[in-house]
Amino acid sequence: MKDINEDIKWAQINKDVLRSMENPRRGYWIALIACVAMIACAVAAEIYQYQYGMGTANLNWPHMWDLYIATFIFWIGMSHSGTLLSAILHIIHADWRKPIYRFAEAMTTFSLMTAGLFPMIHLGRVWNLYWVLPYVTDRGIWPNFRSPLVWDAFAISTYLTSSAIFLFIGMIPDLAICRDNARGWRKKLYTALSLGWRGDDRQWRNFRRTYLVMACFLIPLAVSVHSIVSSDFAMSIMPGWHITTFPPYFVAGALYSGCAAIITLFVLLRYFFRFEEYMTISVLEKTCKLTFAIAMVWTYLNLIEFASVWYGHDVPSKEVLMDKFVGPYAPYFWVMIFCGSVMPFAFAFRKLRRHIPSMFVLSIILNLGMWLERWMIVTPTLSLGYHPIAFDTMWPSMIQWAIVFGSFGWFGMLFLVFVKVFPSVSMYEVKEMVYHRRGLAGKDPDAVLHSRTGSDDRPSSSSSGGGGSPGGGTPAPGLEGA
Amino acid sequence: MKKYKIMGLFANFGEAFNVIKDVGEGKLKGASIDDITTKSPIEHPEIDEVLGPRKSHVPKFTLCGAIFGITFGFLFLAAAQANFLVQPQGGKAVIPIPSNIVLTYEMMILFAVLSTVAGFMITARMFTKRSPLYSEKVGVDQIGIIIDLDDSNLEAAKELLKSHQVLEIREEVVK
Repeated sequence: MKDINEDIKWAQINKDVLRSMENPRRGYWIALIACVAMIACAVAAEIYQYQYGMGTANLNWPHMWDLYIATFIFWIGMSHSGTLLSAILHIIHADWRKPIYRFAEAMTTFSLMTAGLFPMIHLGRVWNLYWVLPYVTDRGIWPNFRSPLVWDAFAISTYLTSSAIFLFIGMIPDLAICRDNARGWRKKLYTALSLGWRGDDRQWRNFRRTYLVMACFLIPLAVSVHSIVSSDFAMSIMPGWHITTFPPYFVAGALYSGCAAIITLFVLLRYFFRFEEYMTISVLEKTCKLTFAIAMVWTYLNLIEFASVWYGHDVPSKEVLMDKFVGPYAPYFWVMIFCGSVMPFAFAFRKLRRHIPSMFVLSIILNLGMWLERWMIVTPTLSLGYHPIAFDTMWPSMIQWAIVFGSFGWFGMLFLVFVKVFPSVSMYEVKEMVYHRRGLAGKDPDAVLHSRTGSDDRPSSSSSGGGGSPGGGTPAPGLEGA
Repeated sequence: MKKYKIMGLFANFGEAFNVIKDVGEGKLKGASIDDITTKSPIEHPEIDEVLGPRKSHVPKFTLCGAIFGITFGFLFLAAAQANFLVQPQGGKAVIPIPSNIVLTYEMMILFAVLSTVAGFMITARMFTKRSPLYSEKVGVDQIGIIIDLDDSNLEAAKELLKSHQVLEIREEVVK
């Protein structure tokens, strides 16, 4: 099966993508309302926590970190696949990425924005938020530059800035198409954002180079960000955290959860915006295979982590490991292993890989496993530290659960608004894909891609002092600004 | 003598490339390959082959940004850490090199990315005054070839474009 229909006309690509920004299925609106309801839940919980203090979240010594930090890591991890995979696949010229990279990059940006909320919530005193920002100060704050927490602030703000720019730069040619077809406020928005793009050879030449250079920088950046997040744990001396394999383990976990999220969003967008022509089963299958490969890497690194603790003969670390296997958190640990290491074998079956509902459910199960993984990193260690006086089992309160639940709504809302306002499929890249695939298939790339045939092909001559509205052709439908 | 810009729109990319080749081979008097600008709906490496080598200077901006990021990043951190001299250090280095390497690395990437974008804006002339010769069909499925020439060669240019199945011709008086 082909990644894309090679005979699809370019004008049709514009038409389909622009229509998606106007006319989604009803499911889109239901999803958006559900997200807003989830946010309302979290806001109510946050107001309560703000009013009555962090004790309402059950956060108390030794459990100063819990779901907030676990979910923070989860969202940082989720952000990895979008930009990282887009950049890697761009560099190796894997053109099947073209219909899906735009929403994957948007997923990166919004995951980071969601993750950024958790340090604020975790602080409790949100009015002191700016204390976490890495700036030079003589007001007595004395940021500890040796601390991975300060590195986090540097790394995540760099990653958020770079990912957002990467997403924006990649959208410029499409924003120009939107500008040419929009009216009202949308026209003004796209005109400003397209920065005067006209598609001339100078712009394309520099665009291509810029995108490639940025992709080259984003790959090491993405790896460094999650390595640094893992350092929050690995550079401590707590049993179960002080493990040298944590950086690659975290990066693999990040890629894994991000790939699973791409599958989830792929299925949703395909349904909401009728993108069956672009988000094809073949592309889904390739994404599933990639996810399966990363799942196996993650499983291996998990086993290596257990082995290094077991053979390290550090008694407290071993006790934490055994506590995960048979202690109070054991059910969650084994669900994590089942979801993260056993369920991916469903990808091995071709029939399942091509069955969209199964893949949707599976992708959510995988991400459940990955979220549990983060929880199982944070909480068991804190419940079983070096001092018996601090041994304590803690369960998060409903306040924590509600805020975590609401973070999914926040991410969902940002994402859904984005895909409604901006093209979620890259029009120019899909056109390139179609053009080159036709060439590879031995067909004349020009033969059917263009809409002007027959009598419309007659040469016409006009003097023009301005761009004006072109005659003939098949312009895409206009985007209503109101 | 009036200067003109003339734009031909093509549905067939092969024919559009042939126009560029013909101009390059001197078949149109008063115009050379340097007088040609193309407008295309996709990133088209083939255009570069026909137009000849035209360099992109974006990587130079990237390099400058990366060097600035390393320098500024390290000095920024060192300046902040130098303030700590008023505190007891307990034998630890005032400016710890290993942790500064991590942060300097992040600053290098940040400034490299920012200057790459700035370089793109400048080298692609994103904010310069636009020629009115533009068709939104260039964003759909057609390629535009724009030739700068004077009025004595205008008719010959139109003939050349028509001989290559041009769909539409537009012209603009430059001065």
